[in-house]
Formats: sequence, C-alpha cells, structure tokens
Amino acid sequence: MVDKQYLLNSKQMATFVARGFLRFDELIPQEINEAVMAEIDRGGIEAAPAGTPLSQCYPEPSSIGHLLRMPEVEGVIQSLVGPDPLFDHQAIHVRQPRQGSAQGLHGDSIIDTRMHFDIQLMYFPHDVPLAMGGTLLLPGSHFRRINEMDIARYQNFLGQIPMVCKAGTILVLHHGIWHCGRRNETDQVRYMFKVRLNPRVRQLRLWNTEDLDGSVSKHKAIFTRDTSAVEDIQTILGRQEPWFEDAAGRLEIVNRIKLWRFLTGDNNFDVHYWLTRLENMPENLALAA
Amino acid sequence: MKQRRQKVLVLYLGNSALDSRVKGWSLYDGTGQGNPTTGDSDTPPYATGVDALRDGWRVIQFPQLIPPYPNMEYTTSFQMYEFIFEKLEEIDG
Repeated sequence: MVDKQYLLNSKQMATFVARGFLRFDELIPQEINEAVMAEIDRGGIEAAPAGTPLSQCYPEPSSIGHLLRMPEVEGVIQSLVGPDPLFDHQAIHVRQPRQGSAQGLHGDSIIDTRMHFDIQLMYFPHDVPLAMGGTLLLPGSHFRRINEMDIARYQNFLGQIPMVCKAGTILVLHHGIWHCGRRNETDQVRYMFKVRLNPRVRQLRLWNTEDLDGSVSKHKAIFTRDTSAVEDIQTILGRQEPWFEDAAGRLEIVNRIKLWRFLTGDNNFDVHYWLTRLENMPENLALAA
Repeated sequence: MKQRRQKVLVLYLGNSALDSRVKGWSLYDGTGQGNPTTGDSDTPPYATGVDALRDGWRVIQFPQLIPPYPNMEYTTSFQMYEFIFEKLEEIDG
C-alpha cells in the first residue's frame, strides 16, 4: 500500500468522475524518460499475459517498472483501481513523420456498460508539441454508450483536448473516454506508451477521503449563481463540457452522480437536485383534515 | 473541362433547432483540395446551422426526433442533432 500522501484527494477524484481523465505534467524524471525511449529503440517492452497482477509485471531492470513503482504513480493507480490491479495490456503507439491522416475517434476495447471501470495510463516520454499530433481526447465522453470506432465520423468537438505536453507527462483515462492519435505533421516519430489496468477490489473510497465530510451531500440552492461560485464536489460534478448538447448535458450530470454514489457509498449524494427529485415517490397517504 | 464534386459538412448542434449552436463538426471534401481529419481544428466553421445556410451550404438531412427506448431514458450515446449539408463545387477535370 502506498503512503496516504500520494493518494488523490476528493476534488481530484470528482474531476476524474466528471471529465474522465486526470493529467500529471512532467511527473516522470528525465532519466526514466530516456531509459524508456532506449528500451523501445532496443526492440520494445516485454508484456505480461493479460490478467497478471501488476506487481508481477515489468521486473527489474525494466524502466517502465521503475515508472509504475514511483509512489506518485502508485498513488494515482491505487486511488482509482486499488492496490496491485491486474495488467490488461500495453501498447506502444508510434505515429510516423508527416503521417497523412489521424486515427478515427474511438473508445477502446468494446462497449462496456459497467459502473466499475478500468484505467488507461498514457505516458509521453518526450515533448509533444501541437504539430506532432499527440493524443486527442474528449473530456466527459466516458459515459457514452458507443462501440469502439462507431464514432469515427466525428472529427472535432468544442472543448476537445489535443495533448500538448512536456516529456514525462502522464495521462490517466477512464476506459470509456473517446480519443485518437492526431496527424503527425513534424519530421520526428512520436511515441506514446499505454497500459490498461483492471481493479481487483470494489472501487469504494480508495483515495484519501479525509476531506470528505457531511457537507458534500447537503442540498444547495439551485438555479442561483451561488451554486457555481464555490469549487466543491457538487460544482465539479455539475460543470458542463462545451460539446454537451443542451439536454443530454443534464443526463451527463446524472451519470456523474451515480458514479460518485458508487465510489463513495453515499446514496443520498446529489448535484442540483437532479436525482432527488426523481426519487421522490411518496407512498404515504395524506391525513384527512 | 469543368466537373462538379461534392463537399459534405456535418454539424452537431446543441438541440433539434437548425439555428442552435454548433457543438461538433466534420468535413469531407470530394474536390480533392483538402484533407480534413480528426482533431484538425478547435474552432467550428460556423456558430449555428443557419450560418452554414447563409454561406451557401444546402442542408440535405435533418435528424429525426426519436423517443428514448424504454429503460434507456438516462443513457447517453451518439450526438443526437446531426445535420448534414452539401456544396457542389467545380473542379478542372
């Protein structure tokens, strides 16, 4: 178990629930970045069979093992999928120079209706400028029920994020996030290492929950300016993405409420009264006056 | 000799009204003059669907309004308000 100081806090978890990703810029030191690049150039990075506990993958002297065993990385992993998750698969994505077209937008694997979730760590071992075509991701797309490349027709959305970062940056994605590799318009090859991890424990309060108190679940005044003035859990979970349609954007908040309830065990939690209103189905009879 | 080729613009709007805001967009270019692809722009070509009409695009498909399937009322999936436009442009054959 990693020390508590390296675990995510509740606002970071709420951000993951709302947007489906977290990014940690320049988290990995340059000596590991260089070692990983060298390992890739020597012929790749050996993968374990799917379903292997992560603690048994990437034995010494693996540079990816060094990365995954950094307490800062272990803390993120443990907060989201618990200690010693299962290794699912890895991929080394290579975008050749001047590659003519981007990958189609997609969700990985196949349609996945679980409340439980896997994470995908994307690691960028070198600087990625905009022209190099880093991963494109669509924040808040992780609840959409689609099957892999069904969405390849969509080229651009308001609020999409083209990954531009310095070497050593880590992106952690919910398995359902829509993403793709963009066109590489430079003369350099671009590398990105990805690993998918599955939880082995119920995803319940796995992060540092010391900052969670009863005020998180208290109903607030709705349709007032006050509800968005304070950056708290409900505000984070109620914030719309620019690409959300007017009506479906409200359903996305409901999706977030359900996942937050699942992760905290707090079945009274709500944002903006969206679910409490629907759950109000009184059966008691009014007394005659 | 001049020949005509089709350009197709797909706009994903905020609701079922053609004058609602553009949320997403795709372009397919049959003239061979461009090569639009995923993630190549952060700025929509038009603010609304009607703005595309005013620029000479012809709308060729409106999205149908389909009630949610039972038990799927709270499920989100594809963009619902997909409007398809075309322009015919002349190229040198």
